Amino acid sequence: MTLAVDLRGSRELLLNLTLREIRGKYKRTVLGQVWSLLNPVAQLATYALVFGTILLNHPAPGDPSGVDVFVVWLATGLIPWLFFANVVTSGMGALIGNANLIQKVYFPRSSLVISAALALLFTSSIEMGVVLVLCLAFGGSPLLYLPATIFFMLMLFCLGLGISFMLSVANVYFRDTQHFVSILMQIWFYATPILYPITTIAGRYPHLVPWVRANPIERFTEIFRDTLYNGRWPTLIDSAIVTGVSLVVLVIGYAVFMKFEGRLAEEL
Amino acid sequence: MAESAIVVDNVSKRFRMYHERNQSIKAAILRRGRAKYDEFWALRDVSFEIPKGSTFGLIGENGSGKSTMLKCIARILRPNEGSIRSVGSLAALLELGSGFHPELSGRENVYLNGSILGMSKSQIDDKFDAIVDFSGIGEFIDQPVKNYSSGMYVRLGFSVAINVDPDILLVDEVLAVGDANFQDKCMEKFASFRKQGKTIVLVSHAMGSLRTLCDEAAWLDHGKLQRVGAAADIVDDYIDTGHAELETTETGATRWGSGEARITSVHLLTPDNVPVVRARTGDQVTLRINFETSEPVENPIFGFAIESREGVYVWGHNTLDSGFLPERINGVGKVDLDIPKLMLQPGPFTLLASIVDRTLTHTYDFVRDALSFEVDLGAPRESGGFIALGGEWGSLVPGSPIEREAATPS
Repeated sequence: MTLAVDLRGSRELLLNLTLREIRGKYKRTVLGQVWSLLNPVAQLATYALVFGTILLNHPAPGDPSGVDVFVVWLATGLIPWLFFANVVTSGMGALIGNANLIQKVYFPRSSLVISAALALLFTSSIEMGVVLVLCLAFGGSPLLYLPATIFFMLMLFCLGLGISFMLSVANVYFRDTQHFVSILMQIWFYATPILYPITTIAGRYPHLVPWVRANPIERFTEIFRDTLYNGRWPTLIDSAIVTGVSLVVLVIGYAVFMKFEGRLAEEL
Repeated sequence: MAESAIVVDNVSKRFRMYHERNQSIKAAILRRGRAKYDEFWALRDVSFEIPKGSTFGLIGENGSGKSTMLKCIARILRPNEGSIRSVGSLAALLELGSGFHPELSGRENVYLNGSILGMSKSQIDDKFDAIVDFSGIGEFIDQPVKNYSSGMYVRLGFSVAINVDPDILLVDEVLAVGDANFQDKCMEKFASFRKQGKTIVLVSHAMGSLRTLCDEAAWLDHGKLQRVGAAADIVDDYIDTGHAELETTETGATRWGSGEARITSVHLLTPDNVPVVRARTGDQVTLRINFETSEPVENPIFGFAIESREGVYVWGHNTLDSGFLPERINGVGKVDLDIPKLMLQPGPFTLLASIVDRTLTHTYDFVRDALSFEVDLGAPRESGGFIALGGEWGSLVPGSPIEREAATPS
């Protein structure tokens, strides 16, 4: 597969570009890398307050773990979503943000999109570690299912990367893409049962459930809630669907990217 | 025929010039996905070979396709037709320090930029000291590069790029970076590149340096290959015929330029402001350009050059060198260059004068053979060549009585 060859050939470039992303982002801030944790924590706290305390969402306790804390339940869905959404948006802007570099130096252009995603994989892994500790602290047993959690984080990475491959070139041709996508991501977020349990929908609008479940991120959310919150292996059907969808999207995304790669320097 | 480092085979490159670009989805939908554009061939069926170990120049007017050619060789642009084959590793100096992240330190940026140019970490480790040393950045290497002066920025970028040690080096108009000291180092580096048998491809408007640096050159005109051959021939041909606005003045001088500012006359003056065509070695003289403009000209750079009668480039100097930077000229005027001692050996010389823009790439007016003058024997009196250095003999060991004879003109 050419993607793998590409990756191996430019391993050091990818590493350096990723480090640039990670180091450059919080330079000259007092808190530095702590910001990358504070941000999701603040979002988590806000959503927990609004949807847990005020709107009184109450998902079923973890089965079989017995964990029954809304914030933890929320975090197991929200943190993977934030990872995915950030991979999509930052990958989408990676080409335009480095227009100058693309026009002046030859190097594999895909490394810009990949390194943006890798930088987020790094910071999100830390966040996921914190979520893991939270689950552990409230009596869950996430360590047993850690291999599955890691595997599906990688699948989520592939899905996000595949989409951002496509969007990054689309954004070069139509600058509207980024604005359009930011609206779309909002809708996608609320359409996915992250802030509320899917049982809320099942109770009131049962006919909508198949539509909600057609969303691969819903499947991912289920999977992460299983491995972290509920403390059980994800269902085979969910696992098969997300793995298949993620890999197919990555392959298509990369193919689209390579088709347009040659003309990036003149179209930017 | 020597082995080729680069083979350019029937290369054509087409650009799309959009009238109204579909950069919005609404526009794309309204026009059903068809953006209106004109096609414009920046390069058309260009073929040439660059022999291994040679220095090759690409010349042509602005918009002739020479930079496009260089970018195609550098693989930044992909030709629509034809192919370019190159043997060995390749590095392009198109814009220096373009991959730098302003918030990161010089050190971090060296590693980042090096890897973008294709170096591995261990290669950069090996070259790191050489890179820092060459750039002259010194202790600032651990400062964020946004605190660098523009000169330091470019110097560091150049140092990284040149230390990639490619088999083929592509250079676009970057010879004019840094101060004189740094330029000397660059020229040395180029010379050592050539000695190592590496191939260099240059794009430049500086015909003088192209003529002396390059072995061969290709002349592009509106995307088509005009001629390819020995650099000196091509450059002379180009200067003689290549410029549409070339004309001959009443005095037989050739001139070209866009004409917003024109040199009306050039004079060699004595300290009493008397125009002359003879001077002695060591005389105090003034070189004057009288000019007029048809519209206000921003940031003009005035320049003089002296050539021997045989066409050897002896000296050149412009207002940018001196940091004498007028903001604007308008109407009729003059500018003087005072020379305290004319350090030329006796012989016939010609004076060239120019008015160009701040980037030195756009010529308002350039007059060859603007003035012919003769230098007579004066003081100091030295044996030969074009220039006098005013040296003094001394410190003889073992000592001996010395007979001194006044070096007066005969």
